[in-house]
Amino acid sequence: MTTQALSPDRRRIVRRLDPEIASLLALLVLVCIVFGATANGFTSATTFTSMAFQLPELGLLTLAMLMPIISGGFNLAITFTANLCGLAMAAVLHKFGGADAGALAIMLGVAAALATGAVVGWLMGAIIATTGAHPILVSLSMMIFVRGLGEFLTRGGDIAGTPNAVQLIGQGTVFGIPAPLFVFAGAVVFWHVVMSRARLGFATRMIGSNLEATRYSGVPTRRMLTLIYTLSGLMSGIAGILMLARFNSVRVGHGEAYLLITVLACFLGGVDPFGGFGRVVPVALALVILQVIASGLNLLGSNQHLATALWGGFLLLVMVARSVWTWASHFLQMMFARR
Amino acid sequence: MRKLGIGTTEGWLLVAILLMGATLSLLAPTFLTLSNLFDLLNASSVNIIFGVGLLVVLIAGGIDISFTVAASVVQYLTALTLQSFGGGDWATGLLLAAAFGTLLGCFNAFWIYQFRIVSIVVTIATYNLFFGLLMYFSGGVSLYDLPDWLTTRIAIVSIETANGRAEITILVVVMTFCVAATWLLLRRTSTGRQLYAMGDNVEGARRIGISLGAMHYLAFGWLGFMAGIAGLMQAHYAQEVVPNALYGRELDVLAAVVLGGARLGGGRGTILGVLLGILLVAMTQNGLNLLGISPYAFKMIVGAIILVAITLSSEGVGRLIGSWHAPMRQRTAQ
Repeated sequence: MTTQALSPDRRRIVRRLDPEIASLLALLVLVCIVFGATANGFTSATTFTSMAFQLPELGLLTLAMLMPIISGGFNLAITFTANLCGLAMAAVLHKFGGADAGALAIMLGVAAALATGAVVGWLMGAIIATTGAHPILVSLSMMIFVRGLGEFLTRGGDIAGTPNAVQLIGQGTVFGIPAPLFVFAGAVVFWHVVMSRARLGFATRMIGSNLEATRYSGVPTRRMLTLIYTLSGLMSGIAGILMLARFNSVRVGHGEAYLLITVLACFLGGVDPFGGFGRVVPVALALVILQVIASGLNLLGSNQHLATALWGGFLLLVMVARSVWTWASHFLQMMFARR
Repeated sequence: MRKLGIGTTEGWLLVAILLMGATLSLLAPTFLTLSNLFDLLNASSVNIIFGVGLLVVLIAGGIDISFTVAASVVQYLTALTLQSFGGGDWATGLLLAAAFGTLLGCFNAFWIYQFRIVSIVVTIATYNLFFGLLMYFSGGVSLYDLPDWLTTRIAIVSIETANGRAEITILVVVMTFCVAATWLLLRRTSTGRQLYAMGDNVEGARRIGISLGAMHYLAFGWLGFMAGIAGLMQAHYAQEVVPNALYGRELDVLAAVVLGGARLGGGRGTILGVLLGILLVAMTQNGLNLLGISPYAFKMIVGAIILVAITLSSEGVGRLIGSWHAPMRQRTAQ
């Protein structure tokens, strides 16, 4: 009744601000207030700049995790795929003079990184799609393989030294806004369009709900699954390029701890752990919240290992809150239905 | 073959192990010596204990990646408790380790069952929770002053050979007990059959009156129990407690168990498969070592083997091959 009284414009705003996004925004405000009050120097410009530089890597990896999860799978190989892609780019740059490599070499390096990511993802997707093996298992073995390959190529060391132009991608600013943020924003928009407007996005959600039913209704599930993991690998590749650009070096194992936070961001953003449901915008919001928490903890001077434990506890908390929420809403529905 | 409990996967693994053994004994003369084979068995014991525990969880339809970190926590707690006791012996040590391990396993089961959270998510969370807390409270410091009984090597079988002494240690004995207990649980009790039933079809199992809660606590508690004992045995083997010594081992164990035919999603898996899977991986690493291949390449090769094994062993490939043969069969039928 109340929505009918609103003007069409207002109604659209109300519809856009669905409870999921609204509650995430409220959580974001709450987290900002808590850290603003407790952490010294939280509200300074430098904090926000450093957050804006750190968010994109984590964000791109989360997007790489998001699509497989919505399709009812998992991609445990994202961080090591990103490392391998960074390695491919660094190798190309080294071949063309390391820090003195020209624009063409940089483009070639980016292409090599993206191709590496796409090939790793494609292989994973092809195995999952054609053999029906469990995605957790396939991505796990792929992770062991990719990590082994990276360690074999680098002998556990790191490759440093990139041209200034590459470092600008990771460390520069455009109109005062960190450059990586543009890459991330572009990726979010692209993912949002794919998930909400494209055939692939629809197929991803359908596959996550019921693979067999989707196949019987004429969706080429094998091709779609392969495409999902290829895109996931490609997105890991972009994350790898950003990591290389920001740290001016690449080491296998860097960003390993991000895996937990990407899973956390997906589930905080309302993605169904069994697949089938999930949207890009809430997950992006969840990422901002997690980044604020990470920076806040950092400012509070918390121990690195204690932070790891806290992330684990936070993931449990989010999952418990979600089950309690589901029960509560079922309970309320039953109450109203009875009336 | 079937009567001996050797299924298709186990058969292929046996063939692979025999082929690899033959090749390695030709290429590396030290491979087929008693001392090397016994060393291989001693060194694989800890992984086999982990493996049979993990098998129970996989059969029940769950997955756990936190068990090696849990084992590290157990090592630390057991060592500290024994210190405060003033020593203890094997009995108290095993009892303590098993108790701490079971508690941590039930901690996982609590979240998975009471709140219906997917087990991979819970164990990713507890993995980080356990590891973070362990590193925070231990400060990353290793323990070296363990009780004497724990660090003394105990040989059960000792044979003098041309290549030095070949020994089977207490590790193998404890491993045998763990394997036998798990075999009894899975094959000789109705509880074990209920675990298979739940892994195959949760709703079906619930409707025939299986208590899902009890099964969850049993499966994850069993893995915790085994992880605790494996942790103690690893401390005995390494003669020290290093907080991050087992970090990352869970993936190797999981991969080897799945190589042995256990299925993610539950309802399938045998103990023989676990033994063969772990032995195959251990043999591969041992062989690569003897052949003088760079240790940096080990992980890559093991990963590739598992990827190929998954691709070849899955039902999808069988169906694919079946569909190639099917038209021919139809033709002959007509």
